[in-house]
Amino acid sequence: MAKKPISFILNDADVGLFVEDGAPLIDELRRGAGDLTPKQGCAQGTCGACTVLIDGVPHLSCLTLAESVEGKRIDTTGGLAGGPNLHALQDAFIQGFAAQCGFCTAGMLMAAKGLLDANPNPNRDEVIEAISGNLCRCTGYEPIVDAILAAAARVQGRAV
Amino acid sequence: MSSIEFRKDLFADERDDNLKEIGKPTIRQDILGHVTGRTPYYDDHLFDGLLHMRAVRSPHHHAKIRSIDTSAAENMPGVRRVATAKDVPHNLNTLLSLIGFGRDDEPLCAHDKVRYVGEAVAWVIADTERQARDACAKVRVDYDVLPHVLDVEEALTPNAPVVNEVYPNNTFDYHAKYDHQKLRFGDVNAAFARADHVIEAEYQMSPIEQAPIETCGAIAAPETNDRFVCHTNTQALFFSLGTTAKLLDVASSRLHFIGGTAGGGFGGKVDSIVEPTAVLGAMLTGRPVKFAWDRYEEMQVGAPRGGERWRLKDGVMKDGTIIAREFTGFFDSGAYMRLSPYAIIKGTGHLPGPYSIPNVASNVYCCITNRTPATAMRGFGITAVDFAIECQMDRVADAVSMNPVELRIHNAYRDGDMKAHRRKAKNTALIECCQVAAAKADWAISQDAKAQSSLTQKPERQQIPETMTDEEGRIGERRQGRTATTSPSPQPTGRVAAGTHGEAIAGAPVQNPDMQIDADRIGHKMGSTPAQIPAASAPTPAPTPPSPQPLAAAARPASVAPTPVAAAPVPPTTPAAPSHNPTEPFSRGVKRPGSSPFTSGYRRR
Repeated sequence: MAKKPISFILNDADVGLFVEDGAPLIDELRRGAGDLTPKQGCAQGTCGACTVLIDGVPHLSCLTLAESVEGKRIDTTGGLAGGPNLHALQDAFIQGFAAQCGFCTAGMLMAAKGLLDANPNPNRDEVIEAISGNLCRCTGYEPIVDAILAAAARVQGRAV
Repeated sequence: MSSIEFRKDLFADERDDNLKEIGKPTIRQDILGHVTGRTPYYDDHLFDGLLHMRAVRSPHHHAKIRSIDTSAAENMPGVRRVATAKDVPHNLNTLLSLIGFGRDDEPLCAHDKVRYVGEAVAWVIADTERQARDACAKVRVDYDVLPHVLDVEEALTPNAPVVNEVYPNNTFDYHAKYDHQKLRFGDVNAAFARADHVIEAEYQMSPIEQAPIETCGAIAAPETNDRFVCHTNTQALFFSLGTTAKLLDVASSRLHFIGGTAGGGFGGKVDSIVEPTAVLGAMLTGRPVKFAWDRYEEMQVGAPRGGERWRLKDGVMKDGTIIAREFTGFFDSGAYMRLSPYAIIKGTGHLPGPYSIPNVASNVYCCITNRTPATAMRGFGITAVDFAIECQMDRVADAVSMNPVELRIHNAYRDGDMKAHRRKAKNTALIECCQVAAAKADWAISQDAKAQSSLTQKPERQQIPETMTDEEGRIGERRQGRTATTSPSPQPTGRVAAGTHGEAIAGAPVQNPDMQIDADRIGHKMGSTPAQIPAASAPTPAPTPPSPQPLAAAARPASVAPTPVAAAPVPPTTPAAPSHNPTEPFSRGVKRPGSSPFTSGYRRR
């Protein structure tokens, strides 16, 4: 099958890959670039576990063609922490018990980061809207929403 | 001195653990991996040259397989191997065979016929998942479609198609005797005749998919020394290892299973299907092979919580005392047994719910239908019947015009009550739960209900009543049209003497040899001669009306010989010295000369 060279920025690093025509981005991120943080739950755009940011906007990497990200910037949970320092969202998820099996967590974090980058001071409804494409089967959504609001407050320097 | 105290002596100078954790926030030990994306799920293990395995699945509920033509698929691009049932060394298993329960009834890959939509009939192993999918579409299977049955009660009728030839009656065979799991405690029919109200209702629960975000899957690869490593998200790692060893006819020492991290399970990852399939793929190709369900397979093929139908019949007195409860349950096991027969035994042990009811009868059927096989889910075996019981409690409250919370407190188990399966209730707390729930919900309950406590024992609830038994529903009778009704029989043919904590307090003629064996097995020693008082004398309860024992006694006026418990008429000549201390629970097992205290009588038979 024909392979096509593409290059993009993955979590501040330059990545170059040969990808098959029609290959979904998640496969190339996981097995091509070796970033295992996006998870595949449904492969049909329903569960949101594969959410990544493409140029800062949340996208479902299972439905995104790898060849379409040429020259773009991709952020995954693998690049969320700055070295040893956790991102405010990660910290808030830990403190708020916002994960159980953890399989949806990486997608949740990316959806939340996309929201906070665009709207640093969201209200509860906006948070719920932002993660409405991400399914969680374990914890329920309340601790996740609480954690995202707590992270936003911390970034803003407000008391939770 | 128990072994635990001994351990404390030995390690007396160890650290002083502060185990008071309730009410304090705790950080999950695995959450750092979750939020950084580093938690290693099975699919996060990368292998060079990984092959992808997909199954060809049945589009029919029930069909004979005439032939399978894999030649076109074998010539598709990227295809390394096409496998069918012939490639599975020991293609028949039942999940609980590892603990000696049930008969082998399920192939890993269908060969003679398919029994549910989505059953695997062949596999394709190819370089990419897409190539495997394309090749699967090229496998030609010639089916001869058979009539199917999808309803539990239809499956029990004489004319229903036989779904699984291993169980030709479409039910599990319980205790090698009956086509259902029986529970008999007291005499429900006599109690129904006395009751002020009889309330009957039917409850149906649909199958429920566990729907974990991560679908079932496994990666297997050849390892050094002729072993195979298997990364899996199973909830039952060593169970899967044992099942794989059996199906593939390999020594378990040749299998190296790595698991423990599941992206959600909820009971749906215990069926040990993806692991033997992936290991088979690795054996056939000598390469790492991934076998994972997609979302459609997870929903269609992945075993759900089985659908259940329950009919409840309650006999209730005007004051809200439930004096009898009868269950007829149908558990939809789907095409294969897996764990369902066990769930029914567990569920029957749970009857009649957390309430003290002196007369209980239950028939529960493990029905085979052409639906997807059922498996575990949270509260396995209990959830549907609990739903039915609590809906029924509300109906009962309505019938006697009683506050539903007070009705529950009135009937709730208290410490020391004898449960229908003849064990004492311990550490009961339903009364207290009801009181707290009522307070939190601002639901008014009477002062009397507020004053109740699980610790206040009621002696009249601590006896085993004289129990009516029957032999209806022997294996195969229903199929021959000789047993029509599914409910517990209204015409008992035998009885077991009343007793206390497993010890008969009076001899009774034994009319059912099967019951003799069962009763003997659980330590319920029975008088061997009919010379004693023919029917059990009921111990006199406290004068609190209405209580269970007078009901049983009233049903058989000739046998009324009330005697206080303390002076129970144990005949001095009785040869049946209790084989165990009657105040100890049965779980200790029946002590027999030379038997290990850890082996129950049942296992040893």
